[in-house]
Amino acid sequence: MSNLSRAELENLAKLARINLTDEELTIFGSQLGLILDSVAKVQEVVNDSIVPMSHALPMTNVFRPDVVGQSLSNSEALAAAPSTQDHRFKVPRILDEE
Amino acid sequence: MTDLTKLTAVEIATGIKSGDFSAVAVTKAHLDRISRIDSKINAFLHVDTEGALSQAKLVDEKRDAGKALGDLAGVPVAVKDIFTQKGVPTTAGSKILEGWIPPYDSTVVSRMKQADMVLLGKVNMDEFAMGSSTENSGYGPTRNPWDLDRIPGGSSGGSSAAVAGFMSSLAVGTDTGGSIRQPAAVTGTVGVKPTYGGVSRYGMIALASSLDQAGPFARTVLDAALLHKVMGGHDHHDSTSISAPVPPIVEAAKSLDLKGMKIGVVKELSGEGYQAGVLSLFQDSVAILKDLGAQIVEVSCPSFEYALAAYYLIQPSECSSNLARFDGMRYGMRVAEGNAGVEEVMSATRAAGFGAEVKRRIMIGTYALSSGYYDAYYGSAQKVRTLIAQDYAKAFQKADVLISPTSPVTAFKIGEKTNDPMAMYLNDICTIPVNLAGIGGMSLPIGLDPADSLPVGLQVMSPVMQDDRMYRVGGALEAALLNHWGAPLLDRAQQL
Repeated sequence: MSNLSRAELENLAKLARINLTDEELTIFGSQLGLILDSVAKVQEVVNDSIVPMSHALPMTNVFRPDVVGQSLSNSEALAAAPSTQDHRFKVPRILDEE
Repeated sequence: MTDLTKLTAVEIATGIKSGDFSAVAVTKAHLDRISRIDSKINAFLHVDTEGALSQAKLVDEKRDAGKALGDLAGVPVAVKDIFTQKGVPTTAGSKILEGWIPPYDSTVVSRMKQADMVLLGKVNMDEFAMGSSTENSGYGPTRNPWDLDRIPGGSSGGSSAAVAGFMSSLAVGTDTGGSIRQPAAVTGTVGVKPTYGGVSRYGMIALASSLDQAGPFARTVLDAALLHKVMGGHDHHDSTSISAPVPPIVEAAKSLDLKGMKIGVVKELSGEGYQAGVLSLFQDSVAILKDLGAQIVEVSCPSFEYALAAYYLIQPSECSSNLARFDGMRYGMRVAEGNAGVEEVMSATRAAGFGAEVKRRIMIGTYALSSGYYDAYYGSAQKVRTLIAQDYAKAFQKADVLISPTSPVTAFKIGEKTNDPMAMYLNDICTIPVNLAGIGGMSLPIGLDPADSLPVGLQVMSPVMQDDRMYRVGGALEAALLNHWGAPLLDRAQQL
């Protein structure tokens, strides 16, 4: 049983940008272990000669004619923003305080 | 007086065109029923009363002016809350999008509007389409019209309940691993997942982009075909949209002729874990298909044993990437203002806005994609996907279509499986292989399990871009069953 350690879980939560409570960490620890054990079954049948399939359609690059179409106005694009300033999205600070 | 909510979509459209009743009357009848019974079902998250009535009025004016009307003009449709609709709240069943008003229409929505259909409102779903019961909605579970203590399936449970409960003639849903077909099966409705790329994903909030596909819910196979035709076809807004016409599905649904058709029964999709009533009704339908002139063959798809495992790696992986966009910066919820830095705000917002199942799947996906595990998990899952596509290719050499039960069980009780994610995942065992290979799949009702008097569905699978084949089989089986029953299955549901 590959139960995830507390440290592994905390690292995953950090990578996923989700704050988890102590209670969530406890529940997810056992649930994720069970799920990962179960899905590890895929390793039983695969070998190096099988080509992985990423997509159902054999498409590569798809282009459309390079013509200007309609797009949202500035005010439409900003209408649902949690915070705006000077016709732009206003976001929290992105650098640590010195 | 005719109860307008009991008519099929074809009957509604015909009645409006011939002037038997108005589109406004049809819309009002459905809005009345929603306001009368939806407090018991909780299918609708938002009823767009004004928008629906003004669209219906336009349809009546067009008719009165002698202008051409679409095949489904004036027919009410419920929209899964995963499709953006300009000016109408869209949440994807998540608190993180509560109150969001999209600035644009999804292609599915805009095509239904262009076809003169009446959009009644947005219906409930498992949060970001993750679930098989609609219990994972941030806005409470939806209940099955057949039994209010049971689930309507998921993730498109609002869509299935709206159609089964006669609150809407039609509905649209999305299917990533069975989210149209399983809810259709457990509510006695028809649900179709078209070939991947058959319907545009533009404006459809993404769960797992290589698997997601929009499709119709209806009470008859022909109604489903008509809606599928309206929704489908190439769209340059979606780079995975197939640039070919929609296959002749409406003609196929009307054909009722199965002579010479080879139908393959998938050996691996039966046996242990399947309810006895589900298996016996399935066998009854196989006998009917044989009587209708089809040739029944058995096919084997040995890799299906690994489909569930592959799916629960690929889907969470794509989901963990797609849901990174919900970061509290440009739209939706933002918490922990003040002096918090951007990463703290993101992490706090996502903690507050996402429910348990969404968090669980993002964590699994993050794990499967992280360095050191990528080859063993995600890479292996992609190889299993190849094996499954190869199994289908071999099976379709022997048969024109394949059939199986849609779901191993009938509708279960609300709360029965919420604490056991693995038990919940097993609901999708028959439907998942279809998404992994990108082929078409349909579920149609084949009877009530004698043990619990709940609907059972049969799944028809057709090769890529041969969607007409499943409509042909579905239409013929439906007609034979209706003849046998004497009345539609949904007439046997409780009165609400």
